[in-house]
Amino acid sequence: MDREADVVVIGGGITGTAILAELARYDLHCVLVEKEPDIAAGTTKANSAVLHAGFDAPQGSMKARMNVAGNRLYHELQEQLDLDIQWTGSLVVATDAAEEAVLHELLARGQANGVPDLVIWDGKKVHEQEPNLSPQIRAALWAPTAGICWPFGLAIAFAENAVQNGAEILRECEVTGIRTEAGKVTAVETTAGLIRTRWVVNAAGVEADQVSQWAGDTSFSIQPRKGEYVLFDKTAQPDLVKGVIFPTPSRTSKGILVCATTHGNVFVGPNAQNIEDREDTAVTAAGMAEILNGARKLVPKIPLGAVITEFAGIRAVSSTGDFVLGFSKNVDGLVQAAGIQSPGLTSAPAIARYIAGLLVKASKAALRADYQAGRPAHPTLRTLTPAGQETLIAGDSRYGRVICRCETITEGEIVDAIHRPCGARTVDGVKRRTRAGMGRCQGGFCGPRIVQILARELKIPVSSVRKETRASYMYYDKDEMSGGNA
Amino acid sequence: MGEIYDVIIVGGGPAGLAAAYSAWQNGAKSILVLERDREPGGILQQCIHNGFGLHHFKEELTGPGYAQRCYDLVKDKPEISIMVDTMVLEVRPDKTVCAVSPERGRMELRGKTIVLTMGCRERTRGAIRIPGERPAGIYTAGAAQRMVNMEGYLPGHKIVILGSGDIGLIMARRMTLEGCKVQGVFEICPFSNGLTRNLVQCLDDYGIPLYLSHTITQIQGKERVTGITAARVDEHMCPVPGTDFAVDCDTVLLSVGLIPENELSRSLGIELHPLTNGPVVDQHRATSLPGIFAAGNVVHVHDLVDFVSDEAAIAGKYAALTAAGKVAVAERTLPVVTGNAVRTCVPQRLRLTDEGESVRLFMRVTKPMRRVKLVIRSGGNLILSKNLLAAKPSEMIAVDLPAGKTVGLRDDLVVAIDEEE
Repeated sequence: MDREADVVVIGGGITGTAILAELARYDLHCVLVEKEPDIAAGTTKANSAVLHAGFDAPQGSMKARMNVAGNRLYHELQEQLDLDIQWTGSLVVATDAAEEAVLHELLARGQANGVPDLVIWDGKKVHEQEPNLSPQIRAALWAPTAGICWPFGLAIAFAENAVQNGAEILRECEVTGIRTEAGKVTAVETTAGLIRTRWVVNAAGVEADQVSQWAGDTSFSIQPRKGEYVLFDKTAQPDLVKGVIFPTPSRTSKGILVCATTHGNVFVGPNAQNIEDREDTAVTAAGMAEILNGARKLVPKIPLGAVITEFAGIRAVSSTGDFVLGFSKNVDGLVQAAGIQSPGLTSAPAIARYIAGLLVKASKAALRADYQAGRPAHPTLRTLTPAGQETLIAGDSRYGRVICRCETITEGEIVDAIHRPCGARTVDGVKRRTRAGMGRCQGGFCGPRIVQILARELKIPVSSVRKETRASYMYYDKDEMSGGNA
Repeated sequence: MGEIYDVIIVGGGPAGLAAAYSAWQNGAKSILVLERDREPGGILQQCIHNGFGLHHFKEELTGPGYAQRCYDLVKDKPEISIMVDTMVLEVRPDKTVCAVSPERGRMELRGKTIVLTMGCRERTRGAIRIPGERPAGIYTAGAAQRMVNMEGYLPGHKIVILGSGDIGLIMARRMTLEGCKVQGVFEICPFSNGLTRNLVQCLDDYGIPLYLSHTITQIQGKERVTGITAARVDEHMCPVPGTDFAVDCDTVLLSVGLIPENELSRSLGIELHPLTNGPVVDQHRATSLPGIFAAGNVVHVHDLVDFVSDEAAIAGKYAALTAAGKVAVAERTLPVVTGNAVRTCVPQRLRLTDEGESVRLFMRVTKPMRRVKLVIRSGGNLILSKNLLAAKPSEMIAVDLPAGKTVGLRDDLVVAIDEEE
């Protein structure tokens, strides 16, 4: 059966979900399609989780404009959408005179970009703020408006807000083509059928050039660039760093950083490697060595024994050198939100306003009368006061059963993650909504239990529960020795 | 705040149950065991193989059988209560325990003494940094064991096991019995980290190859594991170029070590030992905080549950005596120091009265050795020596120091291996 929509957003990453949430303010029927079983499954799940201040990108670029505006918008959205963000500030550190000169360039660029409160600190001040930094560091650029966040949580919050306002999210719905008539978009072909639409927003991440080509716009291409990361346990080195520590940047990269997370862990990375395979998220021995060595230059006491996991993400680098934003010049009805590499996470809300603004103008859509700004509350046992914990468990006893002991996540939270709007369908979906399985045992203890809760709540067999991707089945029935699940 | 318990025990596995029984035997009047799972017994419940209890119960039991024996000793004692489905969130130095359960909600419980028996957890893939993708099909051996033995599912059909720890060896046999093909066990060390009997009974008997000095250098597969690359390692445990080979599999089970579960201990602020990763304890299993004891795998990882029970019985006894104010004040504290080829020794200190006390020391050596002598010295004097036919890092050595030998000890106790014939 064909579907009808006013706008189809392709891609359920941070960019697509932020755009969907912004469009959902208006009287437009919007459908987001995501090929994986969950949103935030691509670049959004594996990045530096930094909300940049905005001094990196050249003045006048879309990157600079969206970064600074996006940073400001997150400050506003944090409370409204209950976003997991901490405004820790960031430091770009310099170890010699040449690097110090770069700090002054960054300061000037940041001021030109409109970044507030940038200041250069001497070594003493730097070490007062971050005592574990290398003694070689003699100066740093301090950007107090930078922050750290729970990146998938941001996309999940946008998605929940959008669904609450009537937007539709179709997961496991892969786009296979875009139909045009006389240079004008008419429909999106997907594995879940045809969706007739007037507008298509291309937020397809590393595959955005493919989507654009289907519609007939070949004006840019995407170079996938892999970055690897290593994550450390929170108990290893409390307060190893308080915020974001960048080295002095090179021409192509912000470099290997050392960064706190919003839950008290520390991670290091990324390196930068151009790759051919757009799905190559393998971590490599050489890459891990590279980032650990890089990180040690900033923080000599990196606690190697406390590594809990490694991962890799892929940045979508545009051939244009900047974000590709706005109406396609070749195809009527195609709106690009492509080439969103760093600072894409920070820019997302600004990109969303920009893109939605264009579509609202074109469609003359009115604001929805029943728009709701927030999203449903998701209580968590660990963040409540003792009295609050008592009330929560009294209301639903499942909040008194701790399933993930590393992160103190209860059965109630996991069930809520599954049944909320755009809820979790996979083990990793539960993890990204609740943190269950994200701790030091990496699901060793709670993994089997979460699989069983998913099976029970989704009313599917245990052998149909997946880790993350479409065919990532985890367990098999014993009487099914021939293998295979489908 | 309600009743103050004589002893609160955090964890209802074999250590917790043994501590409870021993505390009861030693006169504690109110003992509370807090267990996070739905039944007591801990990890034993998923260890359905036999081989447990030869030392402690003098007969061979399965894991659940051993757990039942432990439970039978405590279940009908009015002085002992067990709360299951109850997670301890915090233990405070004043011996308040905060816990939650679906049935009782949030609780704050007070103990005169506390025994920490939280056990251990498995080291993960991330901790050992295996390169490759992150598909489904990679499990710690214990998580897979739970799914196979308790829940009735298989983690896959063609299995590779990394690490030759006991759970890995046991799972090699279990998966074979379930009809799966176990392609091999890969061990980075030049020796196995499991008990000899498990090597024989779980691998040799089923023709499963053990690749010593080998590791996994890459995991393949985007959605589900499709294979691994293995390679030989040199004496620095680095892969030797050109020795790599592909192994077809859909599942990787990890048995790469156990880590004492000390999150509560750490936030409580008790002193932990950098090599055991557990609390530093004296011969009574008292930690650095008064009235707080620890025993079992939370102190140091054991290879036999029998020794866990023995150790927990000590902790339970002295927790009960401490709660009753019956522990004699120690005259002196002696550190127990590890010397040549001894990696860890528990207890790490002795707190002795002038009367002396018999003490059992548990130690692990740093490398496999044959025909060596274990020597214990204090201030240059030989206190005890014992010939060992063989010593392996994977097999804990227990040595009894009779009470008479501890009388008059003044200097550090040094435990070492004498490697000369």
